[in-house]
Amino acid sequence: MADMFPGRASSSMSPYHQQGSGANLADILERVLDKGVVIAGDIRINLLDIELLTIKLRLLVASVDKAKEMGIDWWEHDPSLSSRARGADGEVTSGSERLAVENERLRAEVNRLRAVETEHER
Amino acid sequence: MSDDCVSYVYAVGQRGPALESAAAAGTAASGHRGLRAVFGGQLGALVSSVPADQFSEEGVKSQLESLDQLEAIARAHHAVVAAAWEETTVLPMRLATVFLDDARVADMLRNRADELARLLGQLEGHVEWGVKVYADPHGAPTPAAPVPSGTTGAGPGRDYLRQRRARRRVHEHVVHAAEAVAARVAEAAGEVATAGVAHRPQQNGAVAAGSGENVANYAFLVRSQHTQRFQRAVRSQADGMVGVRIEITGPWAPYSFSTSTTAAHDGSTPADAHGH
Repeated sequence: MADMFPGRASSSMSPYHQQGSGANLADILERVLDKGVVIAGDIRINLLDIELLTIKLRLLVASVDKAKEMGIDWWEHDPSLSSRARGADGEVTSGSERLAVENERLRAEVNRLRAVETEHER
Repeated sequence: MSDDCVSYVYAVGQRGPALESAAAAGTAASGHRGLRAVFGGQLGALVSSVPADQFSEEGVKSQLESLDQLEAIARAHHAVVAAAWEETTVLPMRLATVFLDDARVADMLRNRADELARLLGQLEGHVEWGVKVYADPHGAPTPAAPVPSGTTGAGPGRDYLRQRRARRRVHEHVVHAAEAVAARVAEAAGEVATAGVAHRPQQNGAVAAGSGENVANYAFLVRSQHTQRFQRAVRSQADGMVGVRIEITGPWAPYSFSTSTTAAHDGSTPADAHGH
């Protein structure tokens, strides 16, 4: 029935014709999210959202097919994608929270040292 | 105009019967029964009606956040584009390009006619091939067996460290070799291809171990009649190399050469191309 495509393309490239439904999800996402003609439609999709998503996906994209096969939900466990994910030591709640606290502590320390230094210079 | 639906655009091509066939092929491939060709001026778009709530700003955002839904949308989009591409030259749209109705799609086709027609002209007669180069140390010879422990008096700890260092050296060696192959691939492919771009290498997660490290990820725009020559030129670069693997994917519709700001003649990276 309609499942044959006697199109112009099929003749020269049949041995590699694999990019239909069987194509690697990573390869597809790389193209449909990141490439193709960009036309601002009536529904303004926030390109920034898509770009952020693309960056996230790059982190895991090669693993998506296998991860899914194995029943692994990467959105839950990849530290860069989920604040619930834990570090290797298993006790950190949120990487960014921890960094913020650490930053605050270091800043206070630097200020303290600067104050001491200027006092000495007087 | 339908009440609760909006018009999703997959691809754009020249007006004509070939685009009607493309719509039929896309329907068969994707199961979208409402897939149709919408014409405006000399161009046409492959369009289907999708639920307005799922494709509103918020709707798309939440769909993209679910990996399963993202995969479904991406595969459906790709299925239509790939089937259409077999029938005629089309420009793939970025995922989730949505208009209020078909009349708005036709307006867009007329407004962007010059740019779209020029891109179509550049891509006519071409296909896109993906080329990835991998360093796969598992395929390289294992480091020489360490001196049997006991004879050195240093114990298994030192043997272990020595072995680890050896493995790391093999790994570095293979990665360097793969990078050299990648450079040669870019050069050899560039001689046959009309254009080429570098995508970012794909990262391997822990679960992908064994497939090697992706050191280069290219896309090339190649004239259909040069397919064999292109593939020979690319594949031969890994001849005799141990631990270096070249993977060719395709033929793809020319997604990587349809970014409207990409000049299809230089090797500029995609990162340069979508700064607007």
